[in-house]
Amino acid sequence: MTTTTLAVLVPLLPFLGAAAGLLLGRTAPGFVRPLAVLPALTSLVLAVLVAVRQGGGQAVNAHTELTPTGSVPIELALHIDGFAALVAILVGVVASCVQIYSTGYLRDDPRYPSYAALVSLFTSAMLLVVYSGDLIVLLVGWEVMGICSYFLVGHYWETPEARAASIKAFLVTKLGDVPFLIGLFALATQAGSFRITTILGTVAHGGLDHPTVIALLLLAGAAGKSAQFPLHTWLPDAMAGPTPVSALIHAATMVAAGVYFIARLLPVFEASQAAMVVLAVMAAVTMVGSGLAALAQDDIKRVLAYSTIGQLGYMTGALAVGDRSAAVFHLLTHGAFKALLFLAAGVIIHAAGTNSLAAMSRLHGLRDRVPDAFWTMTVALLALAAIPPFSGFFSKESVLGAAEHVATGHTERAPGVSGWIILVAGLLAALLTAAYATRLWLLAFNGRGAEAPDHGRQPLTMTVVLWVLAVPSLALGAFAYRSLPDWFDGRDLTPALTTSVVGTGVALIGGIVTYAAWRHTTALAARVPLGAVAAHPESDAGQVEAEAIASHAPAYGGVASAPDPADPGRLLLGPLHRHAAVGFHLDAVYAALFVRPVQAGASLVRFLDREVVETYVRGAGALPGLLGAAVRRAQTGNVQTYVSALLAGTVVLAVAALLVATGA
Amino acid sequence: MHLAYPAVLAALLFCTGLYGVLARRNAILVLMSVELMLNAVNLNLVAFDVWLSKAARDTLHSGQALTLFTIAIAAAEIGIGLAIVLAVHRNRGTSDIDKLRDTAEGHETVGPDSDALTAGPADGAGKAEATA
Repeated sequence: MTTTTLAVLVPLLPFLGAAAGLLLGRTAPGFVRPLAVLPALTSLVLAVLVAVRQGGGQAVNAHTELTPTGSVPIELALHIDGFAALVAILVGVVASCVQIYSTGYLRDDPRYPSYAALVSLFTSAMLLVVYSGDLIVLLVGWEVMGICSYFLVGHYWETPEARAASIKAFLVTKLGDVPFLIGLFALATQAGSFRITTILGTVAHGGLDHPTVIALLLLAGAAGKSAQFPLHTWLPDAMAGPTPVSALIHAATMVAAGVYFIARLLPVFEASQAAMVVLAVMAAVTMVGSGLAALAQDDIKRVLAYSTIGQLGYMTGALAVGDRSAAVFHLLTHGAFKALLFLAAGVIIHAAGTNSLAAMSRLHGLRDRVPDAFWTMTVALLALAAIPPFSGFFSKESVLGAAEHVATGHTERAPGVSGWIILVAGLLAALLTAAYATRLWLLAFNGRGAEAPDHGRQPLTMTVVLWVLAVPSLALGAFAYRSLPDWFDGRDLTPALTTSVVGTGVALIGGIVTYAAWRHTTALAARVPLGAVAAHPESDAGQVEAEAIASHAPAYGGVASAPDPADPGRLLLGPLHRHAAVGFHLDAVYAALFVRPVQAGASLVRFLDREVVETYVRGAGALPGLLGAAVRRAQTGNVQTYVSALLAGTVVLAVAALLVATGA
Repeated sequence: MHLAYPAVLAALLFCTGLYGVLARRNAILVLMSVELMLNAVNLNLVAFDVWLSKAARDTLHSGQALTLFTIAIAAAEIGIGLAIVLAVHRNRGTSDIDKLRDTAEGHETVGPDSDALTAGPADGAGKAEATA
């Protein structure tokens, strides 16, 4: 088969799997698991084949136009360069791991068939975004991901948190998608085509009239999808979905799409200095803010959610300094270790029966209950904190190195000010990342108190994928940083000495300070008992997690934080902790700015409809109603009365006709 | 025979029938009156047919043919009518038209026959059947 055929099959197979899963889910439940896992694995194999054939060389381009569509043609186009080939492999790996993990995680879930089909559809949409060479086709995948995330985040729709979170995820990403669509149209109008290659050609010749406006419009959509400030608020709440969904959304698909899109169209952004500075400021605010917020979260998955936002900030930061190789490098390593972190967190939540770090810190010996999760999560947290030689170190250093390069004026690709912004924010975020990673590890695995409950061994499907993902988390960076430039732009990804030493240094400082704070506060833990565990510890992991999420707010007074004085984050953040726990009140600001006016407008409309419009309608109906009541009185039920009236009418008519005929 | 005789006879028959329809209380007698009115029309049809064929304007005797149609249809109609009256009588215990006022406006509460209708235990079902 040709490379093009293979590449078409990659997104098509999960799509067919999803369709078959949705159709057969009820009638043939035995086929659901193979239909979920096999297409994902086959796509992975095909994506690897495509990558091998493409080999980082000349991009594979193919296009066909189904039908003429008016002014700007829309074509079914493929554009597979090194970035697309490698990101597709990442998507395939994570999607396969998530599907295999889900068979164990949701094994007793009655809605598993539709869940697995939606995950397949999600994967297919992301692969479409990755391979697409046409912006409208890309937009199709982009929006399919949006609706799939709505369904998957709302998987436990019995709980109000999940319902609210799914609607929030959908609305906030759509808020970015509207300017995104306008930006796409503006871009295509100026380039005369939706093809990415044509657009990039136009940009290279300086044919773009308003690059700043277009770049900012596109940036809004990418910020919504990739959860960048100020459109990041949907992501921490999306933790109400099942853990495998979080892993899929956060590691490889949804949030990666925004970064990947900017990486694809980076020349458009580079054409505008203002857009690059905006990108840099956005990335810096996101990195630092999410790091502080992650340090204050109590729900283990919310810590990871904020860490995702922060790592995406690194990727947009790399794009802001014009280095898409570093951005996609970080996207790849982050995809591996973040998927691992989430899947391991799912195992831990199942074993502990709670998602609260405060409760876990009061369980002794959790690490012995789930040794697989403990070891793999340690690897992933080290990668997250960018400790050499784990993969996160190499990708993060390539980002910081690129920023330093721009800041010191070695390259003209981006304004120097964005280089400085990214460098300073990146180092600060490295400190915070190490701090919250250490806090997570200490609280989850070094608890003191009651013995952790024994729920038996975790299913094999759930532990094996952890080790599969641990391999790239451990080694991808070290092995890949030499060979990746051949696949990417050819930019050097070797860590620079200065930034490596400084970055690792601040990470170590962050870790050590957190450890010290933990030693200081941990004595308090015994004095303040806390903890609520799931009511059905023997059921499958998905049920335990749903109960843990639902019981967090009633047990601890909020979904985000717990009143735990033994939390080292509380000591480190001091008075800032209260604000960081609720995401710096951004949700409250949005509620005041957007939600309340909309609700007030809705009640006004309701009043106008119920009280004003309906009054007129009722008034108009009153007179006919009265007339009808009067006429109905003639209806006596006696047939003879009716016939008499008929006869009288006939006689009157006959007499009248007679009079008219005789001319009287 | 002059046309006036059958015409006057038909008019008398029709008026008798009309009086019966308007004034009789028994449903069977009302049906019989309807038959009288029909037969008045039949008489008219035959008489005018003869009168017109004398004038040689109509040689097909369509009036007589139409009369046969009317008689056949009237036979069918009276069969159905009597069946309905029988069914109503079995259900209600009466075939008095004055007491069959189910279609009156607001008869559920003020109908004069509501007492008679609820007299027997089987009346509820029968009423439902009759009104269905």
